[in-house]
Amino acid sequence: MPKKKVVAMLLAGGQGSRLGVLTRSMAKPAVPFGGKYRIIDFPLSNCVNSNIDTVGVLTQYEPLALNAYLGSGQPWDLDRMNGGVFVLPPYVAGSGGRWYSGTANAIYQNLPFIEQYDPEYLLILSGDHIYKMDYAAMLDYHIEKGADCTIAVLTVPMKEAKRFGIMNTDGDNRIFEFEEKPENPKSNKASMGIYIFKTSVLREFLINDAADDNSEHDFGKNIIPALIEKGRSLYAWAFNGYWKDVGTIQSLWEANMDLLGEHPNFRLEDKDWRIYSKSSGMPPHYLSSTAEVKESMVSEGCVVYGKVRHSVLFAGAHIGEGANICDSIVMPGAVVEAGAVVKKAIIGEGAVICKNAVIGSEPTKEDGDYDRSLTGDITLIANTVTVPSGARVPVGMIVQNDGR
Amino acid sequence: MENAFGLIYTGDANMQLRELTFSRSVAAVPFGGRYRTIDFMLSDMVNSGITNVGIIAQRNYHSLMDHLESGKEWDLHRKRDGLFILPPFVTHDNTGVYKGTVDAIRSCTGYIKRSSQRYVVLTGSHTIYNSAYTDMIEQHIATGADITIMYNVETPDYDSQNYDDLRLEIDDETGRIKDLALNPEKPKSFNCSCDAFVMEKGLLEYLVDDAAAHAEFDFMRDVLVKNAGKLKMYGWRFDGYVARLNSINAFYKHNMALLEKGVSKQLFSHEHPIYTKIKDEVPARYVGEGFAKNSMLADGCVIEGTVENSVLFRGVHVAPGAVVRNSIVMQGAVIGSESSLDYMILDKGVIIGPGRRLSGHATYPMILRKGTAV
Repeated sequence: MPKKKVVAMLLAGGQGSRLGVLTRSMAKPAVPFGGKYRIIDFPLSNCVNSNIDTVGVLTQYEPLALNAYLGSGQPWDLDRMNGGVFVLPPYVAGSGGRWYSGTANAIYQNLPFIEQYDPEYLLILSGDHIYKMDYAAMLDYHIEKGADCTIAVLTVPMKEAKRFGIMNTDGDNRIFEFEEKPENPKSNKASMGIYIFKTSVLREFLINDAADDNSEHDFGKNIIPALIEKGRSLYAWAFNGYWKDVGTIQSLWEANMDLLGEHPNFRLEDKDWRIYSKSSGMPPHYLSSTAEVKESMVSEGCVVYGKVRHSVLFAGAHIGEGANICDSIVMPGAVVEAGAVVKKAIIGEGAVICKNAVIGSEPTKEDGDYDRSLTGDITLIANTVTVPSGARVPVGMIVQNDGR
Repeated sequence: MENAFGLIYTGDANMQLRELTFSRSVAAVPFGGRYRTIDFMLSDMVNSGITNVGIIAQRNYHSLMDHLESGKEWDLHRKRDGLFILPPFVTHDNTGVYKGTVDAIRSCTGYIKRSSQRYVVLTGSHTIYNSAYTDMIEQHIATGADITIMYNVETPDYDSQNYDDLRLEIDDETGRIKDLALNPEKPKSFNCSCDAFVMEKGLLEYLVDDAAAHAEFDFMRDVLVKNAGKLKMYGWRFDGYVARLNSINAFYKHNMALLEKGVSKQLFSHEHPIYTKIKDEVPARYVGEGFAKNSMLADGCVIEGTVENSVLFRGVHVAPGAVVRNSIVMQGAVIGSESSLDYMILDKGVIIGPGRRLSGHATYPMILRKGTAV
């Protein structure tokens, strides 16, 4: 097989338990985002736009939705004769079956996949970040520095630095220390979980790591500290664009809202850096003469008769007459019937909000105590749930079907 | 239906679509916010299980080829069969310019001979509907017909523009076609051909050869009408919505009809999706005071002004204060601030400067050609 300069490995594994019921039947990267996309469209499109045509997607949680979505890779132009996109689940080998026990272990177990292409460099990505990045520019930097490892870093406000993995660097951006969520951060360069390695170096460290029974087999906790300890050359590459970890209900909601407005925090209209996705194959959206849609994003296949303000409507969403949607995300194929009110909520795929139901209403005493630790003030209706007509769902509650 | 292949004729010299067909064939005329007319015939065929489709290109087919590419959006990028674009070519007995449909079909004899299927579904490219051909082919086989013609029943006030208006006179008892009339002055029947025909490929080959041998070149006039009494022809009635784009007024009317719930449901369905080239545009965004009413808008639109009773294709930008009413605006147009459009058809990439006021009339929508800057 012809040799590749660089192969990307996308860590899509996580269940994303902080996304609650949204990831009950799908891995986090398959969660819908931005009207017509899924989270994984962003790293995949970044790869293609950066001329990287070989991508391994590592997953071990509910792979069906992700597998079905990726298909042959055609929507991203990744249906290639040589290369393309591959879903790499854990597999049973002669010595017994092994789940991925950590991010580093997932790559370790797929060294044979990587070796087929014999790439000089390996790009390690995470599947739960929303951003547009030119990995080719990062690779140029990596090559120019002759680094063993280059880590993309984002400058964060100093007071928030303790929430991140922080890279302490010298004047030449060489990393001399890595601190995971430090009490007293020395720098505000936060790791974005995007790494480029010399394949030969990573291979050596992965093999050593696999033999270490005390290791958690994690890039942040084990591999990066080991490289620093052994005096290898690690460089920080500064990224200055929009970047959001959408691992929580709150951040997923915020990232969707960041697409709205005259000067959106995150602008997707960019002919030179398109984000590709699998098409819904639906006709353009239709707004009736009773519709009042303002400051919103509306995708193909939507039909709107009601009022929608500051919201994101995904493909095929249906909003009935007199319904009132505000500050909300309505995922693919969801239906909000006539007269229903939806305030600051996420309505899952295929969910139905029946007539005059109220989602995100003020809590009353009767609602009692319910767990809002995942949602805060965002109300979450899980995929395919039907909320009966006239029902009231208080702020921050999660509604899901019994069982599954 | 594995035993049929499709043949779509795209060479209609339909100059009644005026400026819209200056630089493209009718098959490539944009329709319905994100489609081209040929998407409907192609999707109808694919939805019928047809996997071998030949497209007879004649004039101005660059735009069509650009749209179709390898056929992968219709799942016609195949090793066995798939999509074949058949442009004209010059040989010692072929001038490269077709004298008519008969000539065009004859020039792709090679493709027809190679096709392994027994039946052919032959269509034009200006009649739009959403229907599988499966039932029509089944009826064709069951009746033992030589030729089956798809038709619908139009209202008496239907304006055919005398363009390829083929009327079917059908025997009520047997369902057999008694007579055919092309562009009749006083039509005896409201059964109008939908420009789709099923027959055995061998018969098609024979009929076009025979017509050519008699120096006859029009498939409808010289093959169908002439043989109406001789061959066993049946009509297959279609009751869904049919849009014949035979004039600018018809083009305008049928686009606007998509704003009616019933029509859009008949043309777009989950079971029979209409496939088209994917442009990967961002979903439409409404910004600031921008809003739309009774309109259809495709992805990539950014609406900062007012849009009413209109169809907007992909990537149209309506600036603050601009008002778009009763208009069809094709891909990539930019409508400047404080401008106003009423009863206009804007072809692709038109730019309307700030404050410009342009208006056609319901009976005569004005067209701005591709790339016009006002």
